[in-house]
Amino acid sequence: MTAADTEGSTGTTGGPGRGPAIEAVDVTRSYDLGGTVVDALQGVSFVVAEGEYAAIVGPSGSGKSTLMHLLGCLDRPSSGVLRVGGRDVLELDDAELADLRNREIGFVFQSFQLLPRSTALDNVGLPLLYRGTRRSERRELAEASLRAVGLGHRLTHRPNQMSGGEQQRVAIARALVGSPRILLADEPTGNLDTRNGAEVMRILEELNAEQGVAVVLVTHDDEVAGRARRQVRVRDGLVERDTALEPPGTPRVTATARHAAAEQGA
Amino acid sequence: MKGLEAFRVAFDALRGNRLRSLLTMLGIIIGIAAVIVVVSIGAGAREQIESQVEGLGSNLVLVVPGQLDTANPGQGAAAASPMQLSDAAVLGAVVGDDGAVTARVSSAAQVRAGSREGYVTVQGSDQNLPYVFTRPVDQGEFFTQGDVETRQRVAVLGSATSANLFAGADPVGRQITLAGTRFRVVGVLAEQGESFGVSQDNEVHIPITTAQRLFGIDRVDAFAVKAPSAADVPALSRGLRQALREEYPDQEFSAVTQTQILGVIGDILGLLTAVLAAIAGISLLVGGVGVSNIMLVSVRERTKEIGLRKALGARQRDVLTQFLVEAVLLTSVGGVIGIVVGVGGSLLVNSLSPLPAKVEWWSPVVAFVVSAAVGIFFGVFPARRAGRLDPVVALRTD
Ligand SMILES: Nc1ncnc2c1ncn2[C@@H]1O[C@H](COP(=O)(O)OP(=O)(O)O)[C@@H](O)[C@H]1O
Ligand SMILES: [Mg+2]
Repeated sequence: MTAADTEGSTGTTGGPGRGPAIEAVDVTRSYDLGGTVVDALQGVSFVVAEGEYAAIVGPSGSGKSTLMHLLGCLDRPSSGVLRVGGRDVLELDDAELADLRNREIGFVFQSFQLLPRSTALDNVGLPLLYRGTRRSERRELAEASLRAVGLGHRLTHRPNQMSGGEQQRVAIARALVGSPRILLADEPTGNLDTRNGAEVMRILEELNAEQGVAVVLVTHDDEVAGRARRQVRVRDGLVERDTALEPPGTPRVTATARHAAAEQGA
Repeated sequence: MKGLEAFRVAFDALRGNRLRSLLTMLGIIIGIAAVIVVVSIGAGAREQIESQVEGLGSNLVLVVPGQLDTANPGQGAAAASPMQLSDAAVLGAVVGDDGAVTARVSSAAQVRAGSREGYVTVQGSDQNLPYVFTRPVDQGEFFTQGDVETRQRVAVLGSATSANLFAGADPVGRQITLAGTRFRVVGVLAEQGESFGVSQDNEVHIPITTAQRLFGIDRVDAFAVKAPSAADVPALSRGLRQALREEYPDQEFSAVTQTQILGVIGDILGLLTAVLAAIAGISLLVGGVGVSNIMLVSVRERTKEIGLRKALGARQRDVLTQFLVEAVLLTSVGGVIGIVVGVGGSLLVNSLSPLPAKVEWWSPVVAFVVSAAVGIFFGVFPARRAGRLDPVVALRTD
């Protein structure tokens, strides 16, 4: 295992506030499709620091979602070391992993993923259900979380009674209700129009700035990516560029820079 | 996730798909209701027959030819009877009272009075029958020892036969034709009642000597002996068999008592009820398979939901519990409805059909436990499948 090799380089397995929230060292993920093996990630090292704001960009099929699933403990790497909240994911069993993602991670999906028959309150309270929180407390926290995303007037609405932007804000409220340290958003504005997309981005930025929640988001939108302090470019299962690893002053990945890079790569 | 929460989530899921939940429950409802009705009818039948047998009196002994094996009823019972009328005296000597023994042959024949006719059980009996079987005479009188000895063509009617042939008019002194022979009615017996909707009073008693000539036989089918008390029955049974064996050295005889008959009837009815309940139970099994099937469909349909729940922190065990509770809720609610339908059905059968039915207190309890167990048994497989779903794959499903 590579765990032994990297042990020396990572002395930071401390509690909250210290060390990286997520640390991936040379992780790979391959899918065995009955014969053909798809290497979705081919050795990615990636550190998410406390309270940081990072945008992942890259062409479709480059492995962005696979990386997000690994960072969010929805999946285990095929090889490499992945530490979330200081714990080695490969050493956890199913229940511990579930508990870890429940406490450390908030997930926002492109297609909202709300339970269609449940109210906004019940949808938002769901992560707390698996933490064993009492019903009354769940409702209180869910309501507070919904108010925080500006949906205090939509508590008992069901998903089909809300606009896409509102649904995605419910999903953000749900991701936040358990006070996670990291919020992972896989193309959160992909299904939204410009105005709703901007509103969702504003909320995410505000959360990051005011509550110190680390935000990692995948986006196709250059403007969205450009507003992030850190940009990570993924291509063919590898990190092609990560502004966090570059000396300060290096130009960020902007629309023009991306086009230039794409032309060079082509 | 705590137990109550699991129930709430499961209940919401089932309510969200009302029609399907109801149809799935239907299999369980039918199965449980069928088992309860069958068991109730079995219990009712047993009770009714037992009360009739008990009506014979606990000190009655029936002497019949052959080795009657009460453990295997139906075997060896049909031995040809060597017994003669004269054996009544032998048996009377054993019990110490000639009046406590009555001989019997039974047959069936067409009976007619004027323009009315019917088919009746013909009992060839003697003057001791009213005392031995405790059958009071309602009108007129029973025939006498003299009538038996001189083969008189006299008849005593069962109350139902009397009503059929004479429609309420007094039949004493009137004529009837039995198997082509004319008889004079001398009395009517008091009513015995019904058994399974069939009257026990559709019978004609005639002197056994007359009956033997009428049917061209000279045997006696059975002797009934009344013991002085129930406590004397075992010793008397042995004495009666012993006496007859001395009379007919190479023959076997049986002395059948009420206790034995009750035991045999209990065994037969118990077996019958068990077989019928097992057949009804198959429909419960089919209902269980239906639950399993629907739960599998449900797991497939809700793949995304399962993936989402896992992404939000649900453990394998939480998802498994959720689907298992759903299955158990489905079958136990179906079970409760089935119990209501089954108990109601049993009461209806009892009051509207000739079959007796008696709801045993334990049958709803057992039914509920069984339906919940069916839910666990048939829910485990789909629930495990749900619990093992990979959240990433599940979320990708569209
Ligand atoms: N469950 C899976 N089974 C097989 N192949 C997969 C699976 N998930 C992703 N892949 C493959 O891995 C690669 C990366 O996919 P993904 O991470 O979804 O890319 P992106 O999100 O950047 O579009 C693609 O080639 C995709 O087909
Ligand atoms: Mg993707």
